[in-house]
Amino acid sequence: MSRWGSLEYGGIVELRGPLLVVAGVHDVGWDEYVTVRVGDGPDRHGVVLETDRDLAVVQVLEGTAGLDPSRTRVRFAGSPLAVPVGPAWLGRACNGRGQPIDGGPPVRGTDLAPTTGAPLNPLHRQPPADPVLTGISAIDGLATLVRGQKLPIFSVAGLPHLELATQVAAQAHVGGEPFAVVFAAMGLTHADAAAVRDGLEGRSRSGELALLLNTADDPVIERILTPRIALTAAEHLAFSLGRHVLVVMADMTSYGEALREVSAARGEIPARRAYPGYLYSDLASLYERCGRIHGVPGSVTILPVLTMPAGDISHPMPDLTGYITEGQVVLSPELHARGVYPPVDPLQSLSRLMRKGAGPGRTRDDHLDVAAQLLAALAHARQVRELSDLVGLETLSGTDQQYLRYEAAFEQVLLRQGVGEARTLDETLDRAWQVLAELPRRELTMLPATLVAERLADAGEVRT
Amino acid sequence: MSGTEVVAAPGSGRVVRVSGPLVEVEGLSGVAMAELVALGPQRLPGEIVSIAEGIATVQAYEYTGGLGPGDGADPLGAPLSAVLGPSLLGGAFDGLLRPLREAGRWLTPASSTSVAERTWQFEPCVREGDEVAAGAGLGTVRTDGPVALRILVPAGVQGRVERIADPGHHEEAAVLAVVGGTEVRMAQRWPVRVPRPHRGRLDGGQPLVTGQRVLDLLYPIALGSSAAVPGGFGTGKTVLLQQVAKWCTADVIVYVGCGERGNEMADVVAELGELVDPRTGGRLIQRTVVVANTSNMPMMAREASVYTGMTVAEYFRDMGLHAVLIADSTSRWAEALREFASRSGALPAEEGYPASLGSSLAAFYERAGHVRTLGGELGSVTVIGAVSPPGGDVTEPVTANTERFVRSLWSLDRDLAYARHYPAVSWTSSFSRDAPTVGAWHAAQGDPEWANRRGRVLALVADADRLSALADLVGVGSLPGSERMVLLTGRLVREAVLQQSALSAHDAVSTPEKGAALVDAVLAVHDRCRALVDHGVLASVIEEVDWGPLVRARDETAPGDAAGVDERRAAVLATLDALLPAGRAP
Repeated sequence: MSRWGSLEYGGIVELRGPLLVVAGVHDVGWDEYVTVRVGDGPDRHGVVLETDRDLAVVQVLEGTAGLDPSRTRVRFAGSPLAVPVGPAWLGRACNGRGQPIDGGPPVRGTDLAPTTGAPLNPLHRQPPADPVLTGISAIDGLATLVRGQKLPIFSVAGLPHLELATQVAAQAHVGGEPFAVVFAAMGLTHADAAAVRDGLEGRSRSGELALLLNTADDPVIERILTPRIALTAAEHLAFSLGRHVLVVMADMTSYGEALREVSAARGEIPARRAYPGYLYSDLASLYERCGRIHGVPGSVTILPVLTMPAGDISHPMPDLTGYITEGQVVLSPELHARGVYPPVDPLQSLSRLMRKGAGPGRTRDDHLDVAAQLLAALAHARQVRELSDLVGLETLSGTDQQYLRYEAAFEQVLLRQGVGEARTLDETLDRAWQVLAELPRRELTMLPATLVAERLADAGEVRT
Repeated sequence: MSGTEVVAAPGSGRVVRVSGPLVEVEGLSGVAMAELVALGPQRLPGEIVSIAEGIATVQAYEYTGGLGPGDGADPLGAPLSAVLGPSLLGGAFDGLLRPLREAGRWLTPASSTSVAERTWQFEPCVREGDEVAAGAGLGTVRTDGPVALRILVPAGVQGRVERIADPGHHEEAAVLAVVGGTEVRMAQRWPVRVPRPHRGRLDGGQPLVTGQRVLDLLYPIALGSSAAVPGGFGTGKTVLLQQVAKWCTADVIVYVGCGERGNEMADVVAELGELVDPRTGGRLIQRTVVVANTSNMPMMAREASVYTGMTVAEYFRDMGLHAVLIADSTSRWAEALREFASRSGALPAEEGYPASLGSSLAAFYERAGHVRTLGGELGSVTVIGAVSPPGGDVTEPVTANTERFVRSLWSLDRDLAYARHYPAVSWTSSFSRDAPTVGAWHAAQGDPEWANRRGRVLALVADADRLSALADLVGVGSLPGSERMVLLTGRLVREAVLQQSALSAHDAVSTPEKGAALVDAVLAVHDRCRALVDHGVLASVIEEVDWGPLVRARDETAPGDAAGVDERRAAVLATLDALLPAGRAP
């Protein structure tokens, strides 16, 4: 696919931040892939950000540190970056540019595909309608992940979002259909990266994992490429090989920083918080690569992980992500402080596609009603708790005291779960009924009366 | 691809600079601003946005990967234009109005294909020799749906009908008539950035009935007016706009998905294809034109998409129809403006947006209007635009500038949305400048109570908000009975009238009659409660009445079942009367 030009250019006229400007070039197209030959070091790589007459501005993925203009030469690929795609990705671990770090040979593909991808014709999209089961009650039960959806995890530094994302990646399945996980790690510490690799060991051994690992000390600009390689590999696994692919992208905040760095180096006019004005479109070019296609088996489901700087949900990264994605899973520092894992705040979390991907014919007949009742009761329980903080427990009515017991049961029985514990959906919903049994039956107004009678019959008469 | 030899046509130029969608071309001769240019060997479409010192700046409408200095650039001799014809209705198009149904699975610059030819039934209504003026009808074309397309004499053309096609099937490109030496084809081209002419604007006052109670009762929009819907993510913007698209009483809906989610667009097309139009019995999709430019499609086509959508709406307006243009979301359009301004080195104004943002928004919303067409008929374009303020901050430039130019503002409130109060239209920060004229129209149509009803409801919810803030401080128990009744009715207004579930089998759409009946029921209950309190009935007793029948009335009565609502009102009032000590009448 690449028609590497025979010419090497040496006219480096500027090196600044991640940017390299080379003069005297001709026949260079925008967005072309570039190899940078460095005197005696390993080759570096880049992408053309701008071509202006005989000048080309190149963003160097490995950074420009140590480059000597007089000993650096640049070669252009003649086409945008394309990566090999195919089943050979499964079972492999690579760096953020897709080069092996597992001691194996380079990943060989059956095809080459451009990393920018092409927009999927909206009329060919099949609206998502089936669940991906993660084995985690807080997600499966209350914010069901749906095949073809993009659902981010919003977290705060210090919370176990990476553990949760790893657990999802390790446990997720789609019934008996072929499944795979592509994990794109960006800016992770070595300890975190090691934890991810350990947690996904089993997935990797069974040939269902492709791992792309950019650690915190790896080149920053490389992170711009990492999710694109991951998604390109995932699209092929899904739409050419018929697998349901879950793409985990952690941490997107590190990705945003790389984008900001390039934008600043180019002297672009900054928008909110110095992020570039095209942040929304750039994020959309990643997140929108999820989906299903009419008449084609397989799906791409995206689970981005974001740490919200200073816990601010209006920060551009979570804010613009929220505008693109179909819901969000929000982690709560309060729950974490109380020792609850996973610390998912059920009231702030939402899966917009849940009503299409759960319920009769999808998961279990009672699923949507039970979820709605759980959340409504939890919202009331939170109000009661605030009230009891003000006026004291003893002044609460009997019903309200039951709501407090309900909230405790919700956290202990339903939410709290082991890091290695995978629950079936039946177990999750049975636990949900156990929690609902803490409430008087007359409070369960969102559930059909016959269902309540049937499910709570053997739970004995509920205290009133 | 660079390196390929391009034979230079006369007047063609060469690319000298490429930075994303910004392309600079030198050597173009005889080109005008806003003219289209075909770039490089793939002939990517682009539009000239500035000309200086022999260099034309072009905004490209496709991904420019591989394009570079030395590639050719051919002027196409025309501005960006929409092809307006019978295949629009029921179709889905990209931002340049290229049909998506015929495009491939993946939208690459090379994938755009030509439209499959089909024929349409034409019925002339003039004869050769007739004298006709611009805007006059020449005949009608039958579409697949309920809307008949009228073929009009184009603007600027008049004279004798020299030729008229026979009744029967013709292709879209066919010449149907020759008027005063000008050929009139079934499908016509119109430059999208130029408003289509009309004879003049009219003061209407006739409301566009949206089927959403909170809008029709409190924040109405007149035909030919404009509204903006600002709301942070998760406040239900898209659902509200989709509800309006499905159920409003317009003849034609143009739905522009501008930089939004692909799954959502797929959903809109699928749902409209299934839903039955209650007025015509056809499918809703047959009165709808979808312009889908999702967030991952080329950014500059997003900039064009609002104008192509507007041109389509005006085209139907000129046939004497009422069209509604829904743009979701105008913020993504403004971001495309910002992106391009930044690349072309324009001086930024607020938050990096170009200084022309305000005037661009104003010009866009001003294309709305209720007009007398060139042919002398009445038609309208009503514009409804979503705004997505970053971080929910409504002081940001797009929201702040939009508010200045629209007639109605439907602000969506995050707290209401979190409390699952949908549609989450805020009654503290929304407005409708059309309310007085709409009130007068209702009075003229035999409902003089409309304005009064609106005033009472707004006063009630405002009072209830004020009292509930007070009650949070001092406790409900220390408020006098009459004020506790205001709190109670405020809750009833919210739950029994203003909430409306898009998923409800009965209540997804509501007629003005049902809305009025619900308001009247709640107001009657309010008056009765006040009377009971005055007669010494304890507020706490009234508060414990089972309000279920009233609250569930909206969900359990059909969209137009005002009588059903009245029955429930009578039942609740009877319950209230039973609270009176025997022998005392309220």
